[in-house]
Amino acid sequence: MKTRQWIKSGSPWIWLTGGMISLSMIMVFGLLALIAVRGLGHFWPSPVVEFEFQATTETEPARILGIPMRSQNVSGYVLRESGHQIPEEIELTQRFLIKQGNRDLTGRDFAWYPEPLITEWITPQEAMVIERREWGDFIGFLREVKKDGEVIAEGLAGREDLLPLVDRANELAGAINRIERFQIGGLNLQIERIRLAERSLSRAVDLDPEERRLRMAEFQAERDELERQFEVLNAERLELMQQMRRDSLVAESMDGRRLEIPLANVVHVHWPNDMNLVEKIGHYVTMIWNFLSGFPREANTEGGIFPAIFGTVLMVILMSIVVTPMGVMAAIYLREYAKQGPMVRLVRICVNNLAGVPSIVFGVFGLAFFIYFVGGNLDRIFYQDALPAPTFGTPGLLWASLTLALLTLPVVIVSTEEGLARIPSTIRHGSLALGATKAETLWRTVIPLSTPAMMTGLILAVARAAGEVAPLMLVGVVKLAPNLPVDGHFPYLHLERKFMHLGFHIYDVGFQSPNVEASRPLVYATALVLVLIIITLNLTAITIRNYLREKYRSESD
Amino acid sequence: MSTTTNTTGTTHGVMANFFADNPREKMDFSKETFSLEVEALQLYYGNDQALKDISMKIPNRRVTAFIGPSGCGKSTLLRCFNRMNDLIDICRIEGSIKLDGQNIYERTVDVAELRRRVGMVFQKPNPFPKSIYENVAYGLRLQGVNDKKKLNDVVEYALRGAALWDEVKDRLQENAFGLSGGQQQRLVIARAVAIEPEVILLDEPCSALDPISTAKVEELIFKLKEQYTIIIVTHNMQQAARVSDYTAYMYLGKLVEYMDTISLFTQPKQKATEDYITGRFG
Repeated sequence: MKTRQWIKSGSPWIWLTGGMISLSMIMVFGLLALIAVRGLGHFWPSPVVEFEFQATTETEPARILGIPMRSQNVSGYVLRESGHQIPEEIELTQRFLIKQGNRDLTGRDFAWYPEPLITEWITPQEAMVIERREWGDFIGFLREVKKDGEVIAEGLAGREDLLPLVDRANELAGAINRIERFQIGGLNLQIERIRLAERSLSRAVDLDPEERRLRMAEFQAERDELERQFEVLNAERLELMQQMRRDSLVAESMDGRRLEIPLANVVHVHWPNDMNLVEKIGHYVTMIWNFLSGFPREANTEGGIFPAIFGTVLMVILMSIVVTPMGVMAAIYLREYAKQGPMVRLVRICVNNLAGVPSIVFGVFGLAFFIYFVGGNLDRIFYQDALPAPTFGTPGLLWASLTLALLTLPVVIVSTEEGLARIPSTIRHGSLALGATKAETLWRTVIPLSTPAMMTGLILAVARAAGEVAPLMLVGVVKLAPNLPVDGHFPYLHLERKFMHLGFHIYDVGFQSPNVEASRPLVYATALVLVLIIITLNLTAITIRNYLREKYRSESD
Repeated sequence: MSTTTNTTGTTHGVMANFFADNPREKMDFSKETFSLEVEALQLYYGNDQALKDISMKIPNRRVTAFIGPSGCGKSTLLRCFNRMNDLIDICRIEGSIKLDGQNIYERTVDVAELRRRVGMVFQKPNPFPKSIYENVAYGLRLQGVNDKKKLNDVVEYALRGAALWDEVKDRLQENAFGLSGGQQQRLVIARAVAIEPEVILLDEPCSALDPISTAKVEELIFKLKEQYTIIIVTHNMQQAARVSDYTAYMYLGKLVEYMDTISLFTQPKQKATEDYITGRFG
């Protein structure tokens, strides 16, 4: 009886529904927390440990220096099978993954060490971690600091002298980068334009030979001028490089080998075991900033993800610019103008089904239609001088944006249609009764009122587009793009360029990387950035929508 | 207690009292000029005939009321005057309606232009989700008027005309949905008045309003008939008696009886009319 009453009261229903929402929330927040912890933890300066490791009783014990990444429970049997001399009585033990760095010296920068073979676990104060432009991190001890080839300080005392020199080298590296990227890049672009103009000139048949000769000479003069400018810039660049190579440091690895590292190759030096909390936080913020603003290095396993962030956001914005007017206009026709009947119902069913087509199919379509057909013809008509090198007939930003616009079109159409359907007919009639035509009613009343619904469509479209990877691999995203799609050279936005994308970056770093352990934290960090970007884009759209809702608030809402 | 007898000999206590308490001049068709002339109007929704052979003349600058039970076609007839029925796909019309001698159902007629000349106010207040000012200025902006001064003048004129100016003059830029139902309905009337139509159609304008708001709207109708021809559809017979000069009783898509209000309410010629207004039916 009690149970029946309890069921009648509706409590089980409340518990069931409440339980489901809790479960969903736990899963979502669990996912975010996992990504956040794994991703953000990577940038915290972890302590460097030193220990003695005896692989077999016969060999000399080795001293190992490195950063413990994680530990794992492992059975003694497995370890014994893999050749470690673990006492028979140990059934279950741990092993540690140690990041040793020094890839240039040892060849393996990550290694597992079983706990029973480890002794004397200490954290040496003077252990140093160097983030290098090549060969990954170096973990060892500072021995000498050299300025202009002369030793100016030795041992740990060189620390104070070293840091300003590293900063100086980094500034020079920045200056060189600016020259290469902006100035020399611009010159190359102009030279390429002259080359194309020359080709087009040489192809023009009905041109007076004298005039051709004159024009050719003009081009040659221009080219000479550009090449002279290039020489100047290049000299400047070489000079800077020379300066950058001036200083170096000598470091010693745990196994006693000494290595001279030019400061040109050093991004950052720190002594993780000798940092207070403020220094650690400073280091942490710098590392995160470098990750967000830097360009990738070492097959994407190091450095930053700025080009991927930039590419993702730019592509989503371009897609929104394309998909919103297309979807809104299609929806207006379907809802307002088309004669409602079986034909319109069929179109609507098709639109809804389009939303269910796997994204890779859109990728294939984009490749075949946009790139090969549209792009190929554009090249033949407008970029003939550059052929056979394709300009638009190859994957690029424009085609990726268009493909995603096509992919998200149904979402925008459906939400806009729903928005239009929700506008009360009394408001339409009010407008018509004042002498407005149907078009005027649409433009002045119905469309402004349904903008919140259009924004809802856009929000859904952005959320879907920003996370899409599969079609992008076919239509424009690459592992490493030499240039950003936006730069200081006319026409500033280069729609034909290939670009990097966070989703593909995650795939590439996580699955295509030669160095799995080094890239694992970056996968989490990149995933976190992607999620945050989608959230940011959505929040922006939601804010706009709420503003519009407030503006066009009506009783029917 | 005064009573009036009609041709059938019944008395209509309530209405007779009303007219006795509020004496006014009896209207006469023969003294009127007409702004709208309906001739042999037939209206079909698909296969159903909703209006059957209606012919009538609407006098200029008078209030004409349409009464009748629900579904009798009075609103449908009202919507014929500004061709709002065009919005219904299955609606088909035969016959003619002449506005100042011009048949409004001719092909050459610009419907938008017609609706500028024949304004309409609906049952439920339907202000646009814009400011009070923009609501009133909507019709003018449609006509391409963007001159600030002209707009200001017209908005003030229209709001004064709708007896709303004093209540809203300090908050013209606020959203119209902040107004009460009665204020909204007067705003909608102001919106119609702003484009200076010749005829104003009122489709049960007070059915969603409380008695005080209703009284205000009725007062307004009384004022507006000095300048505009007004046609009002109402369910409320007292209201029809109060505000109208002429009254048409409709039943099942037919115009049963149409004459001056006092006569219709006190001496209806048809039994059906009498039954309806005495409350024996409807």
